[in-house]
Amino acid sequence: MHELAITEGIIKIAKEVAEKNNANKVLSIKIKCGDFSGVIPSLIQEYFDIVSRGTIAEGAKLIIDRVPIKISCSECNNESEIKRSDIRCPICGGYQYKIISGKEFYVEALEVE
Amino acid sequence: MEIKVVKQIMEWNEDCSNEVKRELDEKKVFMINIMGSPGAGKTSVIVELIKELSKDYKVAVIEGDITGQIDAEKISEMGIPVVQLNTDGACHIEAMSIKNILAYFNLNDIDVLLIENIGNLVCPAEFNLGEDLKVAILSIPEGDDKVQKYPLMFSVANILLVNKYDMKEFFEFDYDKVSMYAKGLNPNLEIYRFSSKKEYDNKELFASLRRKIKDKLNK
Repeated sequence: MHELAITEGIIKIAKEVAEKNNANKVLSIKIKCGDFSGVIPSLIQEYFDIVSRGTIAEGAKLIIDRVPIKISCSECNNESEIKRSDIRCPICGGYQYKIISGKEFYVEALEVE
Repeated sequence: MEIKVVKQIMEWNEDCSNEVKRELDEKKVFMINIMGSPGAGKTSVIVELIKELSKDYKVAVIEGDITGQIDAEKISEMGIPVVQLNTDGACHIEAMSIKNILAYFNLNDIDVLLIENIGNLVCPAEFNLGEDLKVAILSIPEGDDKVQKYPLMFSVANILLVNKYDMKEFFEFDYDKVSMYAKGLNPNLEIYRFSSKKEYDNKELFASLRRKIKDKLNK
């Protein structure tokens, strides 16, 4: 959801970091994006190409690293990955677990010159 | 050259919600964010909460709607301070709007501030508002598959109200399934069966809210 506002947030971060490091151009932006975060990565690149025009980040490539939803099941004590479409533990079918990863959504690194 | 960053992309909302939280902590105001689909019964639940909590606390309401002020008028008739927040098309409330709207209230004269979020099971779940408590409302006619379909809402809520429980016999609603899935996503979630027409877990809900409010306000 809200990919446009999110894209503006990414460009704001890229600008700040690039200016602070006296860079002339942002080549790529690495983003961690959990599958539980509700963000649609393909839309972000499309918005990015439009919104970044005329900024230091124009033409930068977004490298989106998707983080699967990982759970730690408190019934069978296994760690495994689940999908949004089926939220049961894939090993025991249980539903008592902790989500250990998959909610991430942050800029991890910038490649600049 | 690669520069390591690690910056939350939704930081603007997090920063703002922390500011709201600090202000409400200082003024000793307990804020509750009430979320649910259109028609889930958010306004009716708020009316019941006002009736109960205003026995001991000074209650005020922020009414979020895309447009119009039908709900705000209903609350205002009860003699409760209410400010209408129109999001003008947006599908959720952000912390910035709450920060701006707090100026319309005399926070020294408020104990409990209820927010009626925009009717939507998706987006409001993604935005912290600086609240002390998130309440999700799921009503019987919406169906018992909503936890599986909209997991984020039920994973961030502190309290789930299964509302319009008096209509259970008319719908094939499996309450055990809902609470099983919801507890799975969120083991600390408190779940209450609720109706504004009949007593189910209404008393237990009120008692839990009173405990939480008392913990913060010392009264």
